[in-house]
Amino acid sequence: MSAPTPPALHVDGIGLTIGGATILDGVDLHVEPGTKIGVIGPNGAGKTTLFNVISGVMRPTAGTVTLGGTDITRMSVPARARAGLGRTFQTSSYFPRLSVLENVRVAAQVSRGGNYSLLHFPRRDDPATEAAHAALHEVGLAHRADAMAGDISHGDKRKLEIATLLATDTRIVLLDEPMAGVGSGDVNGLVDRIRDLHDGGRRTVLMVEHHIDVLLGLVDKVAVMYSGSILAFDEPQRIMDDPVVQRAYLGTAA
Amino acid sequence: MSTLVLVLVTGVGLGALYFLVASGLSLIYGLMHVLNFAHGVFLTLGAFLGWEVASRIGATGWPAFLLSILVGGLVGTAFATVTELALIRPLYERHIEQVLVTVGLAFAAVALFEGIWGSDPIFITGPAWLDETTTLLGARIPNVYFVLMIAATALLASLVVFLRYTRYGMIIRAGVENRAMVTALGIDVKKSFTLVFAIGGSAAGVGGVLAAHYTGYVSAHLGQTLLIFAFIVTVIGGLGSLSGAAIASVLVAVLQQLANYYLGGTGDLIVVVALAVVLLVRPRGLLGRRPA
Repeated sequence: MSAPTPPALHVDGIGLTIGGATILDGVDLHVEPGTKIGVIGPNGAGKTTLFNVISGVMRPTAGTVTLGGTDITRMSVPARARAGLGRTFQTSSYFPRLSVLENVRVAAQVSRGGNYSLLHFPRRDDPATEAAHAALHEVGLAHRADAMAGDISHGDKRKLEIATLLATDTRIVLLDEPMAGVGSGDVNGLVDRIRDLHDGGRRTVLMVEHHIDVLLGLVDKVAVMYSGSILAFDEPQRIMDDPVVQRAYLGTAA
Repeated sequence: MSTLVLVLVTGVGLGALYFLVASGLSLIYGLMHVLNFAHGVFLTLGAFLGWEVASRIGATGWPAFLLSILVGGLVGTAFATVTELALIRPLYERHIEQVLVTVGLAFAAVALFEGIWGSDPIFITGPAWLDETTTLLGARIPNVYFVLMIAATALLASLVVFLRYTRYGMIIRAGVENRAMVTALGIDVKKSFTLVFAIGGSAAGVGGVLAAHYTGYVSAHLGQTLLIFAFIVTVIGGLGSLSGAAIASVLVAVLQQLANYYLGGTGDLIVVVALAVVLLVRPRGLLGRRPA
Protein backbone atom coordinates (compact mmCIF):
# COMPACT_ATOMS: atom_id res chain seq x y z
CA MET A 1 0.00 0.00 0.00
CA SER A 2 1.50 3.31 -0.99
CA ALA A 3 1.54 5.70 1.94
CA PRO A 4 0.33 9.25 1.34
CA THR A 5 3.22 11.67 1.34
CA PRO A 6 3.62 14.03 4.29
CA PRO A 7 3.31 17.77 3.70
CA ALA A 8 6.46 19.62 2.69
CA LEU A 9 8.16 21.75 5.34
CA HIS A 10 9.66 25.02 4.20
CA VAL A 11 11.69 27.29 6.44
CA ASP A 12 12.39 30.61 4.73
CA GLY A 13 14.61 33.39 5.97
CA ILE A 14 14.04 32.61 9.63
CA GLY A 15 15.71 35.08 11.97
CA LEU A 16 15.51 35.32 15.73
CA THR A 17 16.94 38.17 17.74
CA ILE A 18 16.59 38.22 21.50
CA GLY A 19 17.72 41.34 23.33
CA GLY A 20 20.12 42.35 20.60
CA ALA A 21 21.67 38.89 20.30
CA THR A 22 21.16 37.13 16.99
CA ILE A 23 20.26 33.50 17.64
CA LEU A 24 19.12 32.57 14.13
CA ASP A 25 20.10 34.49 11.04
CA GLY A 26 18.38 33.93 7.71
CA VAL A 27 17.82 30.19 8.01
CA ASP A 28 16.46 28.53 4.86
CA LEU A 29 15.61 24.85 4.91
CA HIS A 30 13.40 23.11 2.37
CA VAL A 31 12.59 19.62 3.54
CA GLU A 32 11.23 17.23 0.94
CA PRO A 33 8.32 15.06 2.06
CA GLY A 34 9.22 11.72 3.54
CA THR A 35 12.94 12.32 3.89
CA LYS A 36 15.17 11.84 6.92
CA ILE A 37 17.15 14.94 7.77
CA GLY A 38 19.97 15.28 10.27
CA VAL A 39 20.84 18.63 11.83
CA ILE A 40 24.35 18.94 13.20
CA GLY A 41 26.52 21.75 14.44
CA PRO A 42 28.48 22.82 17.51
CA ASN A 43 26.72 23.71 20.76
CA GLY A 44 25.03 27.08 20.51
CA ALA A 45 24.72 26.87 16.72
CA GLY A 46 20.93 27.23 17.01
CA LYS A 47 19.80 23.65 16.30
CA THR A 48 17.31 23.38 19.16
CA THR A 49 16.20 26.98 18.61
CA LEU A 50 15.40 26.12 14.99
CA PHE A 51 13.29 23.18 16.22
CA ASN A 52 11.59 25.52 18.68
CA VAL A 53 10.72 27.92 15.88
CA ILE A 54 9.43 25.14 13.62
CA SER A 55 7.30 23.61 16.38
CA GLY A 56 6.01 27.00 17.58
CA VAL A 57 7.61 27.09 21.01
CA MET A 58 9.43 30.26 19.92
CA ARG A 59 8.26 32.94 17.52
CA PRO A 60 10.82 34.08 14.94
CA THR A 61 11.51 37.78 14.47
CA ALA A 62 11.84 37.30 10.70
CA GLY A 63 10.90 34.77 8.05
CA THR A 64 8.19 32.15 7.61
CA VAL A 65 7.57 28.49 8.28
CA THR A 66 5.16 26.77 5.90
CA LEU A 67 3.73 23.30 6.19
CA GLY A 68 2.18 21.82 3.06
CA GLY A 69 1.91 25.31 1.58
CA THR A 70 0.19 26.78 4.64
CA ASP A 71 1.96 29.53 6.55
CA ILE A 72 2.18 28.28 10.15
CA THR A 73 4.58 30.94 11.47
CA ARG A 74 1.96 32.39 13.82
CA MET A 75 0.17 29.15 14.67
CA SER A 76 0.09 27.90 18.28
CA VAL A 77 2.02 24.81 19.34
CA PRO A 78 -1.05 22.57 19.77
CA ALA A 79 -2.51 23.73 16.45
CA ARG A 80 0.73 22.80 14.69
CA ALA A 81 0.70 19.43 16.42
CA ARG A 82 -2.82 18.79 15.20
CA ALA A 83 -1.67 19.78 11.71
CA GLY A 84 0.74 16.86 11.89
CA LEU A 85 3.90 18.29 13.39
CA GLY A 86 5.30 16.30 16.31
CA ARG A 87 8.43 16.73 18.36
CA THR A 88 10.46 15.52 21.29
CA PHE A 89 12.45 17.66 23.68
CA GLN A 90 16.11 17.36 24.54
CA THR A 91 15.43 17.44 28.27
CA SER A 92 12.37 15.29 28.73
CA SER A 93 9.49 14.27 26.51
CA TYR A 94 7.58 12.00 28.84
CA PHE A 95 5.40 12.15 31.95
CA PRO A 96 7.33 10.56 34.83
CA ARG A 97 4.39 9.86 37.10
CA LEU A 98 2.09 8.45 34.46
CA SER A 99 2.39 4.81 33.52
CA VAL A 100 4.18 3.93 30.28
CA LEU A 101 0.81 3.03 28.73
CA GLU A 102 -0.80 6.28 29.89
CA ASN A 103 2.06 8.25 28.38
CA VAL A 104 1.34 6.82 24.95
CA ARG A 105 -2.42 6.94 25.47
CA VAL A 106 -2.39 10.69 26.06
CA ALA A 107 -0.74 11.05 22.67
CA ALA A 108 -3.02 8.54 20.98
CA GLN A 109 -6.25 10.12 22.15
CA VAL A 110 -5.36 13.53 20.71
CA SER A 111 -5.86 12.34 17.16
CA ARG A 112 -8.88 10.26 18.09
CA GLY A 113 -10.85 12.94 19.89
CA GLY A 114 -12.57 12.89 23.24
CA ASN A 115 -9.73 14.67 25.01
CA TYR A 116 -11.90 16.99 26.95
CA SER A 117 -14.57 14.50 27.82
CA LEU A 118 -15.18 14.65 31.55
CA LEU A 119 -17.12 11.46 31.72
CA HIS A 120 -15.37 9.15 29.31
CA PHE A 121 -13.21 6.68 31.08
CA PRO A 122 -10.34 5.34 29.01
CA ARG A 123 -11.37 1.76 28.49
CA ARG A 124 -9.15 -1.20 27.93
CA ASP A 125 -10.49 -1.80 24.45
CA ASP A 126 -11.01 1.72 23.07
CA PRO A 127 -9.13 2.74 19.91
CA ALA A 128 -6.70 5.05 21.71
CA THR A 129 -5.67 2.33 24.17
CA GLU A 130 -5.30 -0.15 21.33
CA ALA A 131 -3.14 2.27 19.40
CA ALA A 132 -1.05 2.85 22.52
CA HIS A 133 -0.55 -0.89 23.03
CA ALA A 134 0.39 -1.31 19.37
CA ALA A 135 2.95 1.48 19.57
CA LEU A 136 4.49 0.04 22.73
CA HIS A 137 4.65 -3.37 21.10
CA GLU A 138 6.38 -1.89 18.07
CA VAL A 139 9.18 -0.32 20.11
CA GLY A 140 9.48 -3.36 22.37
CA LEU A 141 8.10 -1.80 25.53
CA ALA A 142 4.89 -3.83 25.82
CA HIS A 143 6.20 -5.61 28.93
CA ARG A 144 6.72 -2.27 30.69
CA ALA A 145 3.22 -0.88 29.98
CA ASP A 146 2.21 -0.68 33.63
CA ALA A 147 5.50 0.68 34.99
CA MET A 148 5.77 4.35 35.94
CA ALA A 149 7.54 6.15 33.13
CA GLY A 150 9.92 7.75 35.61
CA ASP A 151 11.11 4.32 36.76
CA ILE A 152 12.17 2.77 33.44
CA SER A 153 15.75 2.78 32.13
CA HIS A 154 17.14 5.65 30.13
CA GLY A 155 17.17 3.63 26.92
CA ASP A 156 13.56 2.60 27.51
CA LYS A 157 12.58 6.26 28.04
CA ARG A 158 13.99 7.05 24.60
CA LYS A 159 11.95 4.20 23.16
CA LEU A 160 8.90 5.53 24.96
CA GLU A 161 9.35 8.91 23.29
CA ILE A 162 9.34 7.19 19.90
CA ALA A 163 6.25 5.16 20.85
CA THR A 164 4.48 8.36 21.84
CA LEU A 165 5.05 9.81 18.38
CA LEU A 166 4.15 6.49 16.70
CA ALA A 167 0.74 6.60 18.37
CA THR A 168 -0.04 10.02 16.91
CA ASP A 169 -1.06 11.09 13.41
CA THR A 170 2.06 13.23 13.05
CA ARG A 171 3.52 13.48 9.56
CA ILE A 172 6.65 15.44 10.39
CA VAL A 173 8.59 14.71 13.56
CA LEU A 174 11.40 16.71 15.09
CA LEU A 175 13.66 14.63 17.34
CA ASP A 176 15.96 16.63 19.57
CA GLU A 177 18.89 14.34 20.39
CA PRO A 178 16.92 11.07 20.41
CA MET A 179 20.05 9.10 21.34
CA ALA A 180 21.43 11.40 24.02
CA GLY A 181 22.69 9.47 27.01
CA VAL A 182 21.97 6.09 25.41
CA GLY A 183 24.62 3.39 25.81
CA SER A 184 26.37 2.20 22.63
CA GLY A 185 24.59 -1.17 22.94
CA ASP A 186 21.20 0.50 22.63
CA VAL A 187 22.04 2.83 19.73
CA ASN A 188 21.34 0.26 17.01
CA GLY A 189 17.96 -0.59 18.49
CA LEU A 190 17.08 3.08 18.61
CA VAL A 191 18.13 3.58 14.99
CA ASP A 192 15.66 0.85 14.05
CA ARG A 193 12.94 2.61 16.07
CA ILE A 194 13.62 5.85 14.21
CA ARG A 195 13.29 3.93 10.94
CA ASP A 196 9.95 2.62 12.23
CA LEU A 197 8.88 6.17 12.88
CA HIS A 198 9.95 7.18 9.36
CA ASP A 199 7.83 4.26 8.16
CA GLY A 200 9.17 4.15 4.63
CA GLY A 201 8.47 7.84 4.09
CA ARG A 202 5.07 8.10 5.76
CA ARG A 203 6.68 10.55 8.15
CA THR A 204 9.34 13.13 7.51
CA VAL A 205 11.99 12.91 10.24
CA LEU A 206 14.26 15.76 11.31
CA MET A 207 16.74 15.05 14.04
CA VAL A 208 19.39 16.92 15.96
CA GLU A 209 22.01 14.38 16.96
CA HIS A 210 25.58 14.38 18.16
CA HIS A 211 26.26 10.73 17.25
CA ILE A 212 27.56 11.83 13.84
CA ASP A 213 28.59 8.34 12.68
CA VAL A 214 25.14 6.93 13.36
CA LEU A 215 23.45 9.95 11.84
CA LEU A 216 25.38 9.83 8.58
CA GLY A 217 24.30 6.24 7.99
CA LEU A 218 20.68 6.96 8.80
CA VAL A 219 19.64 10.20 7.11
CA ASP A 220 19.15 11.28 3.51
CA LYS A 221 20.52 14.78 3.98
CA VAL A 222 22.42 16.69 6.63
CA ALA A 223 22.04 20.35 7.52
CA VAL A 224 25.12 21.84 9.15
CA MET A 225 24.41 24.78 11.42
CA TYR A 226 27.00 27.22 12.58
CA SER A 227 26.41 30.37 14.57
CA GLY A 228 22.72 30.71 13.73
CA SER A 229 22.94 29.94 10.03
CA ILE A 230 22.84 26.88 7.82
CA LEU A 231 26.31 26.39 6.45
CA ALA A 232 25.52 23.47 4.17
CA PHE A 233 22.59 21.19 3.39
CA ASP A 234 23.45 18.13 1.36
CA GLU A 235 23.82 14.36 1.26
CA PRO A 236 25.96 12.92 4.07
CA GLN A 237 28.94 11.98 1.91
CA ARG A 238 29.14 15.40 0.27
CA ILE A 239 28.83 17.05 3.67
CA MET A 240 31.79 15.01 4.87
CA ASP A 241 33.83 16.09 1.86
CA ASP A 242 32.86 19.75 2.05
CA PRO A 243 35.97 21.76 3.00
CA VAL A 244 33.91 24.60 4.50
CA VAL A 245 32.07 22.18 6.78
CA GLN A 246 35.27 20.43 7.76
CA ARG A 247 36.90 23.68 8.68
CA ALA A 248 33.96 25.08 10.58
CA TYR A 249 32.74 22.03 12.39
CA LEU A 250 34.01 18.57 11.62
CA GLY A 251 37.56 19.79 11.63
CA THR A 252 37.36 20.50 15.32
CA ALA A 253 36.60 16.85 16.00
CA ALA A 254 39.41 15.44 13.83
CA MET B 1 -7.89 10.37 77.22
CA SER B 2 -11.19 11.84 76.10
CA THR B 3 -9.49 15.24 75.82
CA LEU B 4 -6.84 13.80 73.54
CA VAL B 5 -9.52 12.19 71.38
CA LEU B 6 -11.35 15.52 71.23
CA VAL B 7 -8.21 17.36 70.20
CA LEU B 8 -7.29 14.76 67.60
CA VAL B 9 -10.76 14.51 66.04
CA THR B 10 -11.28 18.26 65.91
CA GLY B 11 -7.79 18.48 64.41
CA VAL B 12 -8.78 16.12 61.63
CA GLY B 13 -11.99 18.13 61.11
CA LEU B 14 -10.05 21.37 60.86
CA GLY B 15 -7.66 19.62 58.47
CA ALA B 16 -10.65 18.71 56.32
CA LEU B 17 -11.53 22.39 56.11
CA TYR B 18 -7.96 23.24 55.14
CA PHE B 19 -8.07 20.62 52.43
CA LEU B 20 -11.24 22.09 50.90
CA VAL B 21 -9.21 25.25 50.26
CA ALA B 22 -5.78 23.70 49.68
CA SER B 23 -6.94 21.17 47.08
CA GLY B 24 -7.77 23.95 44.62
CA LEU B 25 -4.55 25.82 45.35
CA SER B 26 -2.57 22.67 44.79
CA LEU B 27 -4.26 21.77 41.50
CA ILE B 28 -3.94 25.31 40.19
CA TYR B 29 -0.29 25.59 41.14
CA GLY B 30 0.48 22.12 39.84
CA LEU B 31 -0.92 22.75 36.39
CA MET B 32 -0.49 26.48 35.91
CA HIS B 33 2.29 27.45 38.33
CA VAL B 34 0.05 30.22 39.63
CA LEU B 35 -0.16 30.91 43.35
CA ASN B 36 -3.76 32.01 43.55
CA PHE B 37 -4.03 34.61 46.30
CA ALA B 38 -7.68 35.17 45.35
CA HIS B 39 -8.66 31.65 46.36
CA GLY B 40 -9.86 32.85 49.75
CA VAL B 41 -12.32 35.32 48.28
CA PHE B 42 -13.97 32.53 46.26
CA LEU B 43 -14.60 30.94 49.64
CA THR B 44 -15.85 34.14 51.26
CA LEU B 45 -18.33 34.92 48.49
CA GLY B 46 -19.60 31.34 48.63
CA ALA B 47 -20.12 31.73 52.37
CA PHE B 48 -21.91 35.09 52.09
CA LEU B 49 -24.26 34.08 49.28
CA GLY B 50 -24.83 30.66 50.84
CA TRP B 51 -25.89 32.46 54.02
CA GLU B 52 -28.06 34.94 52.13
CA VAL B 53 -30.01 32.05 50.61
CA ALA B 54 -30.17 29.98 53.81
CA SER B 55 -31.31 32.89 55.97
CA ARG B 56 -34.19 33.62 53.60
CA ILE B 57 -35.67 30.14 53.68
CA GLY B 58 -35.16 29.32 57.36
CA ALA B 59 -31.56 28.83 58.35
CA THR B 60 -32.20 26.18 60.97
CA GLY B 61 -33.73 23.71 58.53
CA TRP B 62 -31.82 21.06 56.61
CA PRO B 63 -33.14 22.16 53.19
CA ALA B 64 -31.66 25.62 53.78
CA PHE B 65 -28.34 24.10 54.84
CA LEU B 66 -28.12 21.81 51.83
CA LEU B 67 -29.21 24.56 49.45
CA SER B 68 -26.63 26.93 50.89
CA ILE B 69 -23.92 24.36 50.22
CA LEU B 70 -25.11 24.04 46.64
CA VAL B 71 -25.20 27.81 46.25
CA GLY B 72 -21.75 28.16 47.82
CA GLY B 73 -20.34 25.60 45.40
CA LEU B 74 -21.94 27.22 42.35
CA VAL B 75 -20.87 30.73 43.40
CA GLY B 76 -17.30 29.55 43.97
CA THR B 77 -17.28 27.84 40.57
CA ALA B 78 -18.61 30.89 38.77
CA PHE B 79 -16.31 33.35 40.53
CA ALA B 80 -13.25 31.19 39.86
CA THR B 81 -14.18 30.60 36.22
CA VAL B 82 -14.67 34.30 35.54
CA THR B 83 -11.39 35.06 37.33
CA GLU B 84 -9.51 32.60 35.15
CA LEU B 85 -11.05 33.80 31.90
CA ALA B 86 -10.92 37.54 32.59
CA LEU B 87 -7.69 37.95 34.59
CA ILE B 88 -5.46 34.89 34.42
CA ARG B 89 -5.83 33.89 30.77
CA PRO B 90 -4.84 37.26 29.27
CA LEU B 91 -1.62 36.99 31.29
CA TYR B 92 -0.79 33.50 30.00
CA GLU B 93 2.77 32.42 30.85
CA ARG B 94 3.42 35.64 32.79
CA HIS B 95 3.53 34.10 36.25
CA ILE B 96 4.52 37.16 38.27
CA GLU B 97 1.74 39.24 36.74
CA GLN B 98 -0.73 36.41 37.28
CA VAL B 99 0.14 36.23 40.96
CA LEU B 100 -0.06 40.01 41.31
CA VAL B 101 -3.47 40.16 39.66
CA THR B 102 -4.80 37.57 42.13
CA VAL B 103 -3.40 39.62 45.01
CA GLY B 104 -5.16 42.70 43.64
CA LEU B 105 -8.42 40.84 43.15
CA ALA B 106 -8.26 39.58 46.72
CA PHE B 107 -7.85 43.11 48.13
CA ALA B 108 -10.59 44.49 45.90
CA ALA B 109 -13.01 41.66 46.68
CA VAL B 110 -12.51 41.94 50.46
CA ALA B 111 -13.16 45.70 50.23
CA LEU B 112 -16.26 45.02 48.16
CA PHE B 113 -17.53 42.46 50.67
CA GLU B 114 -17.01 44.98 53.48
CA GLY B 115 -18.93 47.51 51.42
CA ILE B 116 -21.85 45.15 50.96
CA TRP B 117 -21.96 43.18 54.22
CA GLY B 118 -20.04 45.47 56.56
CA SER B 119 -16.80 44.82 58.39
CA ASP B 120 -18.34 43.14 61.43
CA PRO B 121 -18.85 39.38 61.45
CA ILE B 122 -22.39 38.23 60.72
CA PHE B 123 -23.29 35.46 63.14
CA ILE B 124 -25.14 32.62 61.51
CA THR B 125 -27.24 29.67 62.58
CA GLY B 126 -27.75 26.28 61.06
CA PRO B 127 -29.52 23.03 61.78
CA ALA B 128 -29.37 22.44 65.54
CA TRP B 129 -27.75 19.05 64.97
CA LEU B 130 -24.54 20.73 63.75
CA ASP B 131 -24.00 22.31 67.15
CA GLU B 132 -24.86 19.18 69.06
CA THR B 133 -22.19 16.66 69.96
CA THR B 134 -21.64 12.99 69.34
CA THR B 135 -19.74 11.06 71.96
CA LEU B 136 -16.76 9.19 70.56
CA LEU B 137 -14.50 7.27 72.97
CA GLY B 138 -15.69 9.51 75.78
CA ALA B 139 -15.08 12.72 73.85
CA ARG B 140 -18.01 14.93 72.91
CA ILE B 141 -17.34 15.98 69.33
CA PRO B 142 -19.39 18.80 67.75
CA ASN B 143 -21.15 17.33 64.73
CA VAL B 144 -19.95 20.05 62.36
CA TYR B 145 -16.53 18.38 62.41
CA PHE B 146 -17.99 15.20 60.96
CA VAL B 147 -19.66 17.19 58.19
CA LEU B 148 -16.30 18.74 57.33
CA MET B 149 -14.65 15.32 57.24
CA ILE B 150 -17.36 13.87 55.00
CA ALA B 151 -17.13 16.82 52.61
CA ALA B 152 -13.34 16.67 52.36
CA THR B 153 -13.33 12.89 51.93
CA ALA B 154 -15.93 13.12 49.17
CA LEU B 155 -13.90 15.85 47.46
CA LEU B 156 -10.66 13.89 47.69
CA ALA B 157 -12.32 10.70 46.41
CA SER B 158 -13.95 12.42 43.45
CA LEU B 159 -10.76 14.26 42.53
CA VAL B 160 -8.79 11.02 42.65
CA VAL B 161 -11.34 9.24 40.45
CA PHE B 162 -11.43 12.18 38.05
CA LEU B 163 -7.65 12.54 37.78
CA ARG B 164 -6.84 8.86 37.69
CA TYR B 165 -9.55 7.39 35.54
CA THR B 166 -10.96 9.96 33.11
CA ARG B 167 -9.36 11.11 29.86
CA TYR B 168 -9.46 14.71 30.94
CA GLY B 169 -7.93 13.77 34.27
CA MET B 170 -5.11 12.02 32.51
CA ILE B 171 -4.42 15.15 30.48
CA ILE B 172 -4.33 17.26 33.64
CA ARG B 173 -1.89 14.85 35.27
CA ALA B 174 0.23 14.89 32.12
CA GLY B 175 0.07 18.69 32.08
CA VAL B 176 1.27 18.89 35.67
CA GLU B 177 4.21 16.61 34.80
CA ASN B 178 5.36 18.15 31.54
CA ARG B 179 3.33 20.96 30.09
CA ALA B 180 5.62 21.55 27.10
CA MET B 181 5.19 17.98 25.93
CA VAL B 182 1.40 17.93 26.39
CA THR B 183 1.21 21.06 24.26
CA ALA B 184 3.53 19.56 21.66
CA LEU B 185 1.18 16.59 21.40
CA GLY B 186 -1.58 18.94 20.25
CA ILE B 187 -3.45 19.44 23.52
CA ASP B 188 -4.53 22.97 24.33
CA VAL B 189 -3.84 23.06 28.07
CA LYS B 190 -5.54 26.44 28.43
CA LYS B 191 -8.87 24.64 28.43
CA SER B 192 -7.71 22.61 31.40
CA PHE B 193 -6.71 25.80 33.23
CA THR B 194 -10.30 27.02 33.30
CA LEU B 195 -11.54 23.65 34.45
CA VAL B 196 -8.98 23.44 37.23
CA PHE B 197 -9.94 26.91 38.43
CA ALA B 198 -13.61 25.93 38.35
CA ILE B 199 -12.99 22.76 40.37
CA GLY B 200 -10.87 24.65 42.90
CA GLY B 201 -13.50 27.39 43.12
CA SER B 202 -16.34 24.97 43.76
CA ALA B 203 -14.43 23.25 46.56
CA ALA B 204 -13.62 26.65 48.06
CA GLY B 205 -17.25 27.79 47.80
CA VAL B 206 -18.53 24.68 49.57
CA GLY B 207 -15.69 25.11 52.06
CA GLY B 208 -16.90 28.67 52.67
CA VAL B 209 -20.38 27.59 53.72
CA LEU B 210 -18.94 24.89 55.98
CA ALA B 211 -16.30 27.26 57.38
CA ALA B 212 -19.09 29.66 58.35
CA HIS B 213 -20.82 26.90 60.29
CA TYR B 214 -17.49 25.90 61.84
CA THR B 215 -16.64 29.39 63.06
CA GLY B 216 -20.26 30.43 63.60
CA TYR B 217 -20.00 33.58 61.51
CA VAL B 218 -19.31 35.00 58.08
CA SER B 219 -16.98 37.93 57.59
CA ALA B 220 -15.23 39.59 54.69
CA HIS B 221 -11.94 38.15 55.93
CA LEU B 222 -13.10 34.57 56.47
CA GLY B 223 -11.50 33.21 53.32
CA GLN B 224 -8.23 35.08 53.45
CA THR B 225 -7.62 33.92 57.03
CA LEU B 226 -8.09 30.30 56.00
CA LEU B 227 -6.04 30.89 52.87
CA ILE B 228 -2.90 31.49 54.91
CA PHE B 229 -3.19 28.03 56.45
CA ALA B 230 -4.14 26.51 53.13
CA PHE B 231 -0.96 27.93 51.59
CA ILE B 232 1.13 26.56 54.42
CA VAL B 233 -0.49 23.17 53.98
CA THR B 234 0.09 23.25 50.23
CA VAL B 235 3.77 24.09 50.67
CA ILE B 236 4.31 21.47 53.38
CA GLY B 237 2.51 18.85 51.30
CA GLY B 238 4.59 19.72 48.25
CA LEU B 239 3.37 22.35 45.79
CA GLY B 240 1.21 20.73 43.15
CA SER B 241 0.73 17.43 44.96
CA LEU B 242 -2.90 16.73 45.79
CA SER B 243 -2.23 13.79 48.09
CA GLY B 244 0.55 15.78 49.71
CA ALA B 245 -1.94 18.56 50.42
CA ALA B 246 -4.40 16.05 51.90
CA ILE B 247 -1.82 14.54 54.24
CA ALA B 248 -0.36 17.90 55.22
CA SER B 249 -3.85 19.33 55.90
CA VAL B 250 -4.50 16.72 58.55
CA LEU B 251 -0.97 16.79 59.99
CA VAL B 252 -0.87 20.58 60.28
CA ALA B 253 -4.35 20.90 61.77
CA VAL B 254 -3.79 18.13 64.32
CA LEU B 255 -0.46 19.69 65.30
CA GLN B 256 -2.16 23.06 65.58
CA GLN B 257 -4.94 21.71 67.81
CA LEU B 258 -2.47 19.83 70.01
CA ALA B 259 -0.35 22.95 70.48
CA ASN B 260 -3.42 25.08 71.12
CA TYR B 261 -4.57 22.75 73.86
CA TYR B 262 -1.37 21.50 75.46
CA LEU B 263 1.07 24.33 74.74
CA GLY B 264 -1.04 27.29 75.77
CA GLY B 265 -2.63 28.35 72.52
CA THR B 266 0.56 28.34 70.46
CA GLY B 267 -1.06 26.52 67.52
CA ASP B 268 -0.53 29.22 64.91
CA LEU B 269 3.09 29.65 65.96
CA ILE B 270 3.74 25.91 65.77
CA VAL B 271 2.31 25.81 62.26
CA VAL B 272 4.68 28.53 61.10
CA VAL B 273 7.58 26.75 62.79
CA ALA B 274 6.56 23.53 61.02
CA LEU B 275 6.54 25.42 57.73
CA ALA B 276 10.02 26.79 58.40
CA VAL B 277 11.34 23.34 59.32
CA VAL B 278 9.92 21.81 56.14
CA LEU B 279 11.36 24.59 54.01
CA LEU B 280 14.78 24.12 55.59
CA VAL B 281 14.92 20.34 55.72
CA ARG B 282 12.82 19.31 52.73
CA PRO B 283 12.04 22.34 50.56
CA ARG B 284 10.03 20.35 48.03
CA GLY B 285 7.57 19.33 50.74
CA LEU B 286 6.34 15.91 51.78
CA LEU B 287 5.29 14.63 48.34
CA GLY B 288 6.54 17.41 46.08
CA ARG B 289 8.50 16.72 42.97
CA ARG B 290 12.23 17.13 42.87
CA PRO B 291 13.05 20.31 40.98
CA ALA B 292 13.86 19.27 37.41
